[in-house]
Amino acid sequence: MAELQRIVNAEQAKEQAEYLAALKELLFQMADDDLMIAYRGSEWLGLAPHIEEDVAFSSMSQDTMGHAVMFYTLLEELGAGKADDLAQLRDSAEFRNTILVERANGTGNYMVNPHFDWAYSIVRFYLYDLFKLVRLEVLSQCSYIPLAQVSRKMLTELNYHLMHWRVWIKQLANSTEDARERLMAALEKVNADIGDAFKLGPMADAIIRHGLMIPEKEIRERWERKANEAFHACGINWTKPAESPQLEGRAGQHTEDCVDAVRTLSEVYRLDPATSW
Amino acid sequence: MTLLADDSLEKALWALLEEVKDPEMPPVSLVEMGMIHQVSIADGIVAVEVLPTFVGCPALKLMKKSISEKLSELEQVREIRVNFVFDPPWTSDRISDAGREKLRSFGIAPPPKSHKPGEMWEVNCPYCGSPYTKMENLFGPAACRSILYCPKCKNPFEAFKPIAVSGSN
Repeated sequence: MAELQRIVNAEQAKEQAEYLAALKELLFQMADDDLMIAYRGSEWLGLAPHIEEDVAFSSMSQDTMGHAVMFYTLLEELGAGKADDLAQLRDSAEFRNTILVERANGTGNYMVNPHFDWAYSIVRFYLYDLFKLVRLEVLSQCSYIPLAQVSRKMLTELNYHLMHWRVWIKQLANSTEDARERLMAALEKVNADIGDAFKLGPMADAIIRHGLMIPEKEIRERWERKANEAFHACGINWTKPAESPQLEGRAGQHTEDCVDAVRTLSEVYRLDPATSW
Repeated sequence: MTLLADDSLEKALWALLEEVKDPEMPPVSLVEMGMIHQVSIADGIVAVEVLPTFVGCPALKLMKKSISEKLSELEQVREIRVNFVFDPPWTSDRISDAGREKLRSFGIAPPPKSHKPGEMWEVNCPYCGSPYTKMENLFGPAACRSILYCPKCKNPFEAFKPIAVSGSN
Protein backbone atom coordinates (compact mmCIF):
# COMPACT_ATOMS: atom_id res chain seq x y z
CA MET A 1 0.00 0.00 0.00
CA ALA A 2 1.27 3.43 -0.93
CA GLU A 3 2.32 5.82 1.82
CA LEU A 4 -0.82 7.59 2.99
CA GLN A 5 -0.91 11.31 3.28
CA ARG A 6 -2.00 12.80 6.58
CA ILE A 7 -4.52 15.61 6.37
CA VAL A 8 -4.20 17.65 9.53
CA ASN A 9 -7.13 20.07 9.28
CA ALA A 10 -10.15 21.22 7.28
CA GLU A 11 -8.17 23.81 5.30
CA GLN A 12 -5.81 21.15 4.02
CA ALA A 13 -8.72 18.82 3.15
CA LYS A 14 -10.39 21.59 1.17
CA GLU A 15 -7.36 21.85 -1.12
CA GLN A 16 -8.11 18.47 -2.69
CA ALA A 17 -11.50 18.19 -4.35
CA GLU A 18 -11.75 14.41 -4.46
CA TYR A 19 -10.46 13.89 -0.93
CA LEU A 20 -12.92 16.47 0.35
CA ALA A 21 -15.86 14.88 -1.44
CA ALA A 22 -14.99 11.39 -0.15
CA LEU A 23 -14.48 12.61 3.40
CA LYS A 24 -17.79 14.47 3.42
CA GLU A 25 -19.64 11.45 2.06
CA LEU A 26 -18.23 9.24 4.85
CA LEU A 27 -18.98 11.85 7.53
CA PHE A 28 -22.58 12.09 6.38
CA GLN A 29 -22.93 8.32 6.67
CA MET A 30 -21.67 8.38 10.26
CA ALA A 31 -23.50 11.52 11.31
CA ASP A 32 -26.80 10.32 9.90
CA ASP A 33 -26.37 6.82 11.38
CA ASP A 34 -25.82 8.20 14.87
CA LEU A 35 -28.52 10.85 14.58
CA MET A 36 -31.11 8.29 13.51
CA ILE A 37 -30.24 5.58 16.04
CA ALA A 38 -30.07 8.15 18.86
CA TYR A 39 -33.51 9.40 17.82
CA ARG A 40 -34.89 5.85 17.91
CA GLY A 41 -33.26 5.36 21.31
CA SER A 42 -34.79 8.55 22.67
CA GLU A 43 -38.24 7.28 21.66
CA TRP A 44 -37.96 4.72 24.46
CA LEU A 45 -38.02 7.46 27.09
CA GLY A 46 -40.80 6.59 29.53
CA LEU A 47 -41.48 3.29 27.77
CA ALA A 48 -38.44 1.20 28.69
CA PRO A 49 -39.06 -1.88 30.89
CA HIS A 50 -38.03 -0.16 34.13
CA ILE A 51 -36.87 3.21 35.38
CA GLU A 52 -33.16 2.37 35.53
CA GLU A 53 -33.34 1.37 31.88
CA ASP A 54 -35.05 4.66 31.10
CA VAL A 55 -32.06 6.48 32.61
CA ALA A 56 -29.51 4.26 30.86
CA PHE A 57 -31.15 4.40 27.42
CA SER A 58 -31.55 8.19 27.63
CA SER A 59 -27.94 8.62 28.67
CA MET A 60 -26.69 6.49 25.80
CA SER A 61 -28.96 8.27 23.31
CA GLN A 62 -27.68 11.64 24.50
CA ASP A 63 -24.11 10.40 24.16
CA THR A 64 -24.76 9.04 20.66
CA MET A 65 -26.52 12.26 19.65
CA GLY A 66 -23.37 14.04 20.86
CA HIS A 67 -21.35 11.91 18.46
CA ALA A 68 -23.68 12.88 15.62
CA VAL A 69 -23.20 16.55 16.55
CA MET A 70 -19.44 16.06 16.41
CA PHE A 71 -19.63 14.52 12.90
CA TYR A 72 -21.91 17.32 11.66
CA THR A 73 -19.51 19.86 13.19
CA LEU A 74 -16.62 18.30 11.27
CA LEU A 75 -18.79 18.66 8.15
CA GLU A 76 -19.46 22.30 8.99
CA GLU A 77 -15.70 22.93 9.23
CA LEU A 78 -15.39 21.41 5.76
CA GLY A 79 -17.88 23.90 4.36
CA ALA A 80 -20.88 21.56 4.08
CA GLY A 81 -23.19 24.02 5.88
CA LYS A 82 -24.30 24.71 9.43
CA ALA A 83 -24.35 21.60 11.65
CA ASP A 84 -27.92 22.19 12.86
CA ASP A 85 -29.15 22.70 9.31
CA LEU A 86 -27.41 19.54 8.11
CA ALA A 87 -29.18 17.51 10.77
CA GLN A 88 -32.59 19.07 10.44
CA LEU A 89 -33.17 20.81 7.12
CA ARG A 90 -32.17 18.13 4.64
CA ASP A 91 -34.75 16.05 2.83
CA SER A 92 -34.86 12.39 3.88
CA ALA A 93 -33.66 11.41 0.38
CA GLU A 94 -30.39 13.19 1.15
CA PHE A 95 -29.76 11.12 4.27
CA ARG A 96 -26.93 8.62 4.04
CA ASN A 97 -27.79 6.49 7.08
CA THR A 98 -28.15 2.75 6.83
CA ILE A 99 -31.65 1.23 6.78
CA LEU A 100 -31.13 -0.59 10.10
CA VAL A 101 -31.03 2.61 12.16
CA GLU A 102 -34.13 4.19 10.67
CA ARG A 103 -36.53 1.29 11.34
CA ALA A 104 -39.30 2.16 13.81
CA ASN A 105 -39.04 0.55 17.25
CA GLY A 106 -42.26 -1.35 16.66
CA THR A 107 -45.84 -0.68 15.70
CA GLY A 108 -47.72 2.46 16.64
CA ASN A 109 -45.76 5.58 17.39
CA TYR A 110 -44.47 7.44 20.43
CA MET A 111 -47.72 9.36 20.91
CA VAL A 112 -50.26 6.73 19.86
CA ASN A 113 -50.20 3.06 20.91
CA PRO A 114 -46.46 2.53 21.06
CA HIS A 115 -46.14 -1.26 20.90
CA PHE A 116 -42.39 -1.22 20.74
CA ASP A 117 -40.30 -4.36 20.48
CA TRP A 118 -37.74 -4.52 23.30
CA ALA A 119 -35.86 -7.57 22.00
CA TYR A 120 -35.52 -5.95 18.58
CA SER A 121 -34.13 -2.80 20.18
CA ILE A 122 -31.55 -4.69 22.22
CA VAL A 123 -30.35 -6.71 19.24
CA ARG A 124 -30.41 -3.74 16.87
CA PHE A 125 -28.49 -1.41 19.20
CA TYR A 126 -25.98 -4.09 20.13
CA LEU A 127 -25.23 -5.13 16.57
CA TYR A 128 -25.15 -1.52 15.37
CA ASP A 129 -22.72 -0.62 18.17
CA LEU A 130 -20.49 -3.57 17.26
CA PHE A 131 -20.45 -2.17 13.72
CA LYS A 132 -19.68 1.28 15.10
CA LEU A 133 -16.83 -0.29 17.10
CA VAL A 134 -15.33 -1.74 13.90
CA ARG A 135 -15.72 1.58 12.12
CA LEU A 136 -14.21 3.69 14.92
CA GLU A 137 -11.27 1.30 15.33
CA VAL A 138 -10.44 1.83 11.65
CA LEU A 139 -11.09 5.56 11.78
CA SER A 140 -8.79 6.08 14.75
CA GLN A 141 -5.98 5.33 12.28
CA CYS A 142 -7.46 7.13 9.25
CA SER A 143 -5.85 9.82 7.08
CA TYR A 144 -7.98 12.72 8.38
CA ILE A 145 -6.40 13.54 11.74
CA PRO A 146 -9.35 15.46 13.30
CA LEU A 147 -11.58 12.43 12.59
CA ALA A 148 -8.96 10.00 13.92
CA GLN A 149 -8.75 11.98 17.18
CA VAL A 150 -12.48 12.11 17.88
CA SER A 151 -12.88 8.45 16.91
CA ARG A 152 -10.30 7.43 19.49
CA LYS A 153 -12.24 9.39 22.10
CA MET A 154 -15.62 7.98 21.06
CA LEU A 155 -14.27 4.44 21.42
CA THR A 156 -13.78 4.99 25.15
CA GLU A 157 -17.45 5.91 25.46
CA LEU A 158 -18.77 3.18 23.17
CA ASN A 159 -17.24 0.56 25.48
CA TYR A 160 -19.85 1.40 28.10
CA HIS A 161 -22.73 1.09 25.65
CA LEU A 162 -21.46 -2.33 24.62
CA MET A 163 -21.17 -3.47 28.24
CA HIS A 164 -24.78 -2.48 28.77
CA TRP A 165 -26.14 -4.29 25.70
CA ARG A 166 -24.10 -7.38 26.53
CA VAL A 167 -25.85 -7.66 29.90
CA TRP A 168 -29.25 -7.45 28.23
CA ILE A 169 -28.48 -10.02 25.53
CA LYS A 170 -27.25 -12.43 28.20
CA GLN A 171 -30.38 -11.87 30.28
CA LEU A 172 -32.77 -12.40 27.38
CA ALA A 173 -30.84 -15.45 26.15
CA ASN A 174 -30.97 -17.11 29.57
CA SER A 175 -34.49 -16.09 30.50
CA THR A 176 -37.81 -17.69 29.49
CA GLU A 177 -38.55 -19.55 26.26
CA ASP A 178 -40.63 -16.54 25.19
CA ALA A 179 -37.69 -14.14 25.69
CA ARG A 180 -35.39 -16.41 23.71
CA GLU A 181 -37.85 -16.73 20.84
CA ARG A 182 -38.22 -12.96 20.67
CA LEU A 183 -34.46 -12.59 20.70
CA MET A 184 -34.10 -15.01 17.78
CA ALA A 185 -36.86 -13.26 15.81
CA ALA A 186 -35.11 -9.93 16.44
CA LEU A 187 -31.81 -11.34 15.26
CA GLU A 188 -33.43 -12.46 12.02
CA LYS A 189 -34.95 -9.03 11.49
CA VAL A 190 -31.65 -7.23 12.11
CA ASN A 191 -29.79 -9.70 9.88
CA ALA A 192 -32.08 -8.79 6.99
CA ASP A 193 -30.92 -5.16 7.18
CA ILE A 194 -27.39 -5.03 8.48
CA GLY A 195 -25.61 -5.92 5.25
CA ASP A 196 -26.47 -2.40 4.09
CA ALA A 197 -24.51 -0.85 6.98
CA PHE A 198 -21.17 -2.11 5.68
CA LYS A 199 -21.61 -0.33 2.34
CA LEU A 200 -19.72 2.88 1.67
CA GLY A 201 -22.03 4.34 -0.96
CA PRO A 202 -21.41 5.90 -4.37
CA MET A 203 -17.95 7.21 -3.41
CA ALA A 204 -16.68 3.94 -1.90
CA ASP A 205 -13.58 3.73 -4.12
CA ALA A 206 -12.37 7.22 -3.26
CA ILE A 207 -13.11 6.71 0.44
CA ILE A 208 -10.89 3.62 0.49
CA ARG A 209 -8.18 5.03 -1.81
CA HIS A 210 -7.72 8.07 0.41
CA GLY A 211 -7.16 6.01 3.52
CA LEU A 212 -10.42 6.88 5.22
CA MET A 213 -12.03 3.44 5.47
CA ILE A 214 -11.32 -0.21 4.66
CA PRO A 215 -13.27 -2.09 1.96
CA GLU A 216 -16.83 -3.21 2.66
CA LYS A 217 -15.83 -6.89 2.67
CA GLU A 218 -13.28 -6.33 5.44
CA ILE A 219 -15.70 -4.28 7.54
CA ARG A 220 -18.20 -7.11 7.23
CA GLU A 221 -15.66 -9.77 8.19
CA ARG A 222 -14.50 -7.89 11.26
CA TRP A 223 -18.09 -7.31 12.33
CA GLU A 224 -19.03 -10.95 11.75
CA ARG A 225 -16.20 -12.10 14.00
CA LYS A 226 -17.37 -9.81 16.82
CA ALA A 227 -21.07 -10.68 16.40
CA ASN A 228 -20.33 -14.40 16.26
CA GLU A 229 -18.25 -14.28 19.44
CA ALA A 230 -20.84 -12.17 21.25
CA PHE A 231 -23.77 -14.50 20.56
CA HIS A 232 -21.83 -17.72 21.08
CA ALA A 233 -20.86 -16.46 24.52
CA CYS A 234 -24.60 -16.50 25.35
CA GLY A 235 -25.18 -19.94 23.82
CA ILE A 236 -26.94 -18.65 20.74
CA ASN A 237 -26.36 -20.03 17.28
CA TRP A 238 -25.55 -16.94 15.33
CA THR A 239 -26.13 -16.98 11.58
CA LYS A 240 -24.51 -14.79 8.95
CA PRO A 241 -26.68 -11.94 7.65
CA ALA A 242 -28.02 -11.62 4.11
CA GLU A 243 -25.45 -10.57 1.50
CA SER A 244 -27.29 -7.75 -0.19
CA PRO A 245 -30.39 -6.15 1.27
CA GLN A 246 -32.88 -4.55 -1.11
CA LEU A 247 -32.43 -0.93 -0.16
CA GLU A 248 -29.19 1.02 -0.07
CA GLY A 249 -29.32 3.75 2.56
CA ARG A 250 -25.86 5.05 1.62
CA ALA A 251 -27.29 5.92 -1.82
CA GLY A 252 -30.23 7.81 -0.33
CA GLN A 253 -32.77 4.97 -0.59
CA HIS A 254 -34.95 4.91 2.51
CA THR A 255 -38.17 3.56 3.98
CA GLU A 256 -41.24 5.49 5.13
CA ASP A 257 -39.85 5.12 8.67
CA CYS A 258 -36.97 7.42 7.72
CA VAL A 259 -39.29 10.03 6.26
CA ASP A 260 -41.35 9.96 9.47
CA ALA A 261 -38.28 10.19 11.69
CA VAL A 262 -36.81 13.18 9.82
CA ARG A 263 -40.18 14.93 9.86
CA THR A 264 -40.62 14.44 13.60
CA LEU A 265 -37.09 15.20 14.77
CA SER A 266 -36.88 18.41 12.76
CA GLU A 267 -40.45 19.62 13.35
CA VAL A 268 -39.58 22.32 15.86
CA TYR A 269 -36.42 23.48 14.13
CA ARG A 270 -38.24 23.87 10.82
CA LEU A 271 -40.79 26.22 12.38
CA ASP A 272 -38.14 28.91 12.43
CA PRO A 273 -34.56 27.88 11.61
CA ALA A 274 -33.29 31.41 12.34
CA THR A 275 -34.32 31.25 16.00
CA SER A 276 -31.55 30.90 18.54
CA TRP A 277 -32.27 28.05 20.99
CA MET B 1 -1.80 49.10 37.02
CA THR B 2 1.29 46.96 36.78
CA LEU B 3 1.75 45.00 33.61
CA LEU B 4 2.77 41.44 34.23
CA ALA B 5 5.36 39.67 32.14
CA ASP B 6 3.98 36.92 29.94
CA ASP B 7 5.05 34.00 32.13
CA SER B 8 3.65 35.50 35.29
CA LEU B 9 0.52 36.33 33.30
CA GLU B 10 0.24 32.69 32.43
CA LYS B 11 0.54 31.81 36.09
CA ALA B 12 -2.19 34.30 36.88
CA LEU B 13 -4.40 32.69 34.23
CA TRP B 14 -3.86 29.21 35.70
CA ALA B 15 -4.67 30.57 39.14
CA LEU B 16 -7.95 31.98 37.84
CA LEU B 17 -8.75 28.70 36.06
CA GLU B 18 -8.39 26.93 39.41
CA GLU B 19 -11.52 28.83 40.37
CA VAL B 20 -13.57 27.62 37.39
CA LYS B 21 -15.62 24.72 38.70
CA ASP B 22 -17.19 21.80 36.91
CA PRO B 23 -20.83 22.89 36.45
CA GLU B 24 -22.13 19.47 37.50
CA MET B 25 -19.60 18.80 40.28
CA PRO B 26 -19.10 22.23 41.88
CA PRO B 27 -16.35 21.32 44.41
CA VAL B 28 -13.98 20.28 41.61
CA SER B 29 -12.22 22.68 39.26
CA LEU B 30 -11.60 22.07 35.57
CA VAL B 31 -7.88 22.14 36.34
CA GLU B 32 -8.28 19.40 38.98
CA MET B 33 -10.31 17.40 36.47
CA GLY B 34 -7.30 17.54 34.14
CA MET B 35 -9.43 19.20 31.48
CA ILE B 36 -7.24 22.24 30.83
CA HIS B 37 -4.56 21.20 28.38
CA GLN B 38 -2.87 24.50 27.54
CA VAL B 39 -3.16 28.19 28.26
CA SER B 40 -1.24 30.85 26.39
CA ILE B 41 -1.40 34.60 26.01
CA ALA B 42 -0.03 36.87 23.30
CA ASP B 43 -0.98 40.50 22.65
CA GLY B 44 -3.84 40.27 25.11
CA ILE B 45 -5.38 37.29 23.35
CA VAL B 46 -5.76 34.24 25.57
CA ALA B 47 -6.04 30.79 24.03
CA VAL B 48 -7.33 27.99 26.26
CA GLU B 49 -7.35 24.39 25.09
CA VAL B 50 -9.90 22.26 26.90
CA LEU B 51 -10.16 18.46 26.77
CA PRO B 52 -13.80 17.30 26.95
CA THR B 53 -14.37 14.31 29.24
CA PHE B 54 -17.10 13.06 26.89
CA VAL B 55 -17.51 14.10 23.23
CA GLY B 56 -21.14 15.10 23.57
CA CYS B 57 -21.07 16.47 27.12
CA PRO B 58 -23.91 19.04 27.28
CA ALA B 59 -22.04 21.07 29.92
CA LEU B 60 -19.28 22.12 27.50
CA LYS B 61 -20.96 25.37 26.47
CA LEU B 62 -21.42 26.30 30.09
CA MET B 63 -17.75 25.61 30.81
CA LYS B 64 -16.70 27.78 27.89
CA LYS B 65 -18.78 30.63 29.26
CA SER B 66 -17.42 30.27 32.81
CA ILE B 67 -13.83 30.18 31.55
CA SER B 68 -14.33 33.35 29.48
CA GLU B 69 -16.01 35.19 32.33
CA LYS B 70 -13.35 34.22 34.84
CA LEU B 71 -10.34 35.07 32.66
CA SER B 72 -11.76 38.43 31.63
CA GLU B 73 -11.22 39.51 35.25
CA LEU B 74 -7.59 40.02 34.33
CA GLU B 75 -6.98 43.51 32.97
CA GLN B 76 -4.42 42.49 30.37
CA VAL B 77 -6.88 40.18 28.66
CA ARG B 78 -8.55 41.60 25.55
CA GLU B 79 -9.93 38.47 24.01
CA ILE B 80 -10.46 34.85 25.09
CA ARG B 81 -10.53 31.91 22.73
CA VAL B 82 -11.67 28.63 24.23
CA ASN B 83 -11.15 25.60 22.01
CA PHE B 84 -12.13 22.02 22.68
CA VAL B 85 -9.45 19.63 21.50
CA PHE B 86 -9.18 15.84 21.43
CA ASP B 87 -5.43 15.43 21.29
CA PRO B 88 -4.42 14.24 23.78
CA PRO B 89 -7.71 12.51 24.57
CA TRP B 90 -8.99 13.20 28.09
CA THR B 91 -8.60 10.11 30.26
CA SER B 92 -9.72 9.71 33.86
CA ASP B 93 -6.14 9.25 35.13
CA ARG B 94 -5.77 13.00 34.46
CA ILE B 95 -7.89 13.82 37.53
CA SER B 96 -5.52 15.09 40.24
CA ASP B 97 -5.32 13.62 43.76
CA ALA B 98 -6.97 16.77 45.13
CA GLY B 99 -9.70 16.40 42.50
CA ARG B 100 -10.27 12.78 43.51
CA GLU B 101 -10.60 13.72 47.14
CA LYS B 102 -13.11 16.47 46.31
CA LEU B 103 -15.17 14.12 44.14
CA ARG B 104 -15.32 11.70 47.07
CA SER B 105 -16.36 14.43 49.47
CA PHE B 106 -19.17 15.30 47.06
CA GLY B 107 -20.43 11.69 47.14
CA ILE B 108 -18.92 10.63 43.82
CA ALA B 109 -16.48 7.72 43.90
CA PRO B 110 -13.42 8.68 41.83
CA PRO B 111 -12.28 6.39 38.98
CA PRO B 112 -9.35 4.00 39.48
CA LYS B 113 -6.04 5.38 38.26
CA SER B 114 -5.36 2.45 35.97
CA HIS B 115 -8.13 0.85 34.01
CA LYS B 116 -8.44 -1.65 31.18
CA PRO B 117 -11.03 -0.39 28.65
CA GLY B 118 -14.18 -2.48 28.43
CA GLU B 119 -13.75 -4.14 31.83
CA MET B 120 -15.61 -3.61 35.08
CA TRP B 121 -13.82 -1.82 37.88
CA GLU B 122 -13.91 -1.88 41.65
CA VAL B 123 -15.67 0.97 43.40
CA ASN B 124 -15.37 1.78 47.09
CA CYS B 125 -18.23 3.58 48.78
CA PRO B 126 -17.35 7.31 48.98
CA TYR B 127 -19.10 7.55 52.37
CA CYS B 128 -17.94 4.55 54.42
CA GLY B 129 -15.13 3.22 52.21
CA SER B 130 -16.65 -0.27 51.96
CA PRO B 131 -15.45 -2.22 48.94
CA TYR B 132 -18.72 -4.20 48.84
CA THR B 133 -20.81 -2.02 46.58
CA LYS B 134 -23.46 -2.83 44.03
CA MET B 135 -23.72 -1.40 40.50
CA GLU B 136 -27.34 -0.32 40.10
CA ASN B 137 -26.95 1.38 36.74
CA LEU B 138 -23.89 1.76 34.54
CA PHE B 139 -25.51 4.97 33.32
CA GLY B 140 -26.39 7.80 35.63
CA PRO B 141 -27.53 11.43 35.55
CA ALA B 142 -24.68 12.25 33.15
CA ALA B 143 -22.74 10.17 30.64
CA CYS B 144 -19.65 10.30 32.85
CA ARG B 145 -21.21 8.73 35.94
CA SER B 146 -22.77 5.45 37.11
CA ILE B 147 -25.22 4.83 39.96
CA LEU B 148 -24.28 2.44 42.77
CA TYR B 149 -25.54 1.34 46.18
CA CYS B 150 -23.64 0.60 49.36
CA PRO B 151 -25.33 -2.22 51.35
CA LYS B 152 -23.08 -1.49 54.34
CA CYS B 153 -23.98 2.15 55.05
CA LYS B 154 -27.16 1.98 52.95
CA ASN B 155 -26.35 4.97 50.78
CA PRO B 156 -26.90 5.31 47.08
CA PHE B 157 -24.01 7.08 45.37
CA GLU B 158 -22.46 7.88 42.02
CA ALA B 159 -19.13 6.80 40.56
CA PHE B 160 -17.15 8.55 37.88
CA LYS B 161 -16.60 6.15 34.96
CA PRO B 162 -12.99 5.28 34.24
CA ILE B 163 -12.00 6.42 30.76
CA ALA B 164 -8.84 4.96 29.27
CA VAL B 165 -7.54 4.76 25.73
CA SER B 166 -6.83 1.28 24.45
CA GLY B 167 -3.37 0.48 23.15
CA SER B 168 -2.64 -0.05 19.48
CA ASN B 169 -4.81 -3.08 18.72
